[in-house]
Amino acid sequence: MGQSLFHKVWDAHAVRTLPSGQTQLFIGLHLVHEVTSPQAFDMLRERGLTIAYPERTFATVDHIVPTSDVVRPFADEMAEDMMIAIEENAQQFGLSFFGLDDERQGIVHVIGPELGLTQPGMTIACGDSHTSTHGAYGAIAFGIGTSQVRDVLATQCLAMDPLKVRRIEVSGTLGDGVYAKDVILNIIRNLGVKGGTGYAYEYAGSAIEAMDMEARMSVCNMSIEGGARAGYVNPDQTTYDYLRGRPYAPSGAAFDRAVSWWRSMASDADADYDDVYHLDGSALEPTVTWGITPGQALFVTEKVPALTDLPDDERDVAAEAYDYMDLKPGTAISGMPIDVAFVGSCTNSRISDLREAARVVEGYKVADGVKALVVPGSKSVLKTAEAEGLHHVFEDAGFEWRGAGCSMCLAMNPDKLQGREVCASSSNRNFKGRQGSPTGRTLLMSPAMVAAAAVAGEVIDVRGM
Amino acid sequence: MNSSVIQEVEGRAIPVRGNDIDTDRIIPARYLRAITFDGLGEHAFEDDRKSNPDHPFDDSRYQGASILIANGNFGCGSSREHAPQALMRWGIVAIVGESFAEIFLGNCTAMGVPCLTASTGEIAKIQDAAEADPQRKMTVDLKEKKLIFGDIEVDLQIAEGNRLQLIEGAWDATGMLIEGRNAVREIADKLPYVTGF
Repeated sequence: MGQSLFHKVWDAHAVRTLPSGQTQLFIGLHLVHEVTSPQAFDMLRERGLTIAYPERTFATVDHIVPTSDVVRPFADEMAEDMMIAIEENAQQFGLSFFGLDDERQGIVHVIGPELGLTQPGMTIACGDSHTSTHGAYGAIAFGIGTSQVRDVLATQCLAMDPLKVRRIEVSGTLGDGVYAKDVILNIIRNLGVKGGTGYAYEYAGSAIEAMDMEARMSVCNMSIEGGARAGYVNPDQTTYDYLRGRPYAPSGAAFDRAVSWWRSMASDADADYDDVYHLDGSALEPTVTWGITPGQALFVTEKVPALTDLPDDERDVAAEAYDYMDLKPGTAISGMPIDVAFVGSCTNSRISDLREAARVVEGYKVADGVKALVVPGSKSVLKTAEAEGLHHVFEDAGFEWRGAGCSMCLAMNPDKLQGREVCASSSNRNFKGRQGSPTGRTLLMSPAMVAAAAVAGEVIDVRGM
Repeated sequence: MNSSVIQEVEGRAIPVRGNDIDTDRIIPARYLRAITFDGLGEHAFEDDRKSNPDHPFDDSRYQGASILIANGNFGCGSSREHAPQALMRWGIVAIVGESFAEIFLGNCTAMGVPCLTASTGEIAKIQDAAEADPQRKMTVDLKEKKLIFGDIEVDLQIAEGNRLQLIEGAWDATGMLIEGRNAVREIADKLPYVTGF
């Protein structure tokens, strides 16, 4: 019986068994941002510890960065304090740091792959739940909390229990207007927001294999919304082609040697899985969330479900969602008016996302009364988009064209919903209050669907545009 | 750098009902704009409390309670350790629920806050008991994996590795991980991407 990539990577990084029975796992790449790290650096100082492998940690700023005015000091004093903290910590501990004045700055999960830091066969950790994004490259990537950030800084290791592996095969070909975002929303809808607890998700099948790296990142990104600690796609030629020539990727003969190692880390054809789930990609339609968890999703052609359509253990949260979203069972989601349209976040802020959104809005105007913004995931994405003239397409249509950062995904910077606003959002979480207003409402969807909603002023099927 | 042994937790219980209570609800993101965890306790569940005046965290009967009784998928979403830090700083020292999101559970363990699970029915029974008598003392026994109140004993589950970390005082992993430093170097030197292919 062969092995899955998860087990190969785990075994290659397992240092020893700890007295608790957990595994001491070596972490190949550690990414740090300003929100979850300052307390970890303080703990190092309090304990007189140093960083074990400083060359394996890279830091940037993304969550708190304003996307319209980045003049220092920031208007928000607390955000300024956080900026100063990460700048000083990176300097004191000798870490590579991509700050606001660095061309490499951007959302941590966008820049890792962009720079070729993220590579197949690695273990990766970051104090952010969407670290699973890096699994698109055949890495095993874990979101961790601050105490574990401290552990990785001090030892380059985590104490962990192994995960089970569920292979998720998405067969067929995605239809027009159907994207990676729709695939992952349907996986979460079908398997549930806690269905992945205890698992790493291995995404496979023709629909996944046909995706470019950026689309695979969108799928892996939301693994955590399905409860899975990690999600990955086996590396293939698409992966190697993406990595060739990236600043931190191996080059020359070393690249060829790397490819053969990366290939060897992919799951064997006869690998054993703890579970296998199948989804017909051809049957998917553009998908929108209607509620307050990412699993409360439906095709844009469907109606908000009745309690009786749902399993017993989902009914309480559905009732809470009707109330919070002010939606009645049986209402068509298509036609729901929106106030804000947001293209961005670590889920969907890469160049391919921006191109798809631009393609939809070209020649149209944002509907009256709708605030629409596009926030590139990194300075590099921004630069590429501007070279292609996408910013003109967006601005001509009435979108605001912003600087790189996490923006309205999580409301730690000036980009926030107001009051009861409804936001068509390409981000990853529709939790109550997530976008910065305690009563704000989020509808998750693909960037193309966000663009369509911006133009229509309501949720609309992008396939009809 | 040894952490304290946690074998038994005694206190009053506070039920927070509902599935899929995410970390944005436990501590809204605006309170993550800080470089310490100080002061987070008073903001635990802030937006839920504002929209629900009957929220247990504002109910005088539960002030001083230290064992949170939750339902399914508690702590889902963001990896922010600020969430369990806020609960701990409010006064929570152990959580018993139907299930936990994994990053949240890992954060709690790393802070020495035990998270244990019980069936839906058992959790309902514990929540009802806490509501009926908020002054009632409960004991979470990590050695026996039980929650005990009065003459009632409820079986609890916890991953054995986490249980051992807590009862042996090894939940702060840093020291243990540092001890393995030579073995770490050996593993690193075998990884092609560390050695440059």
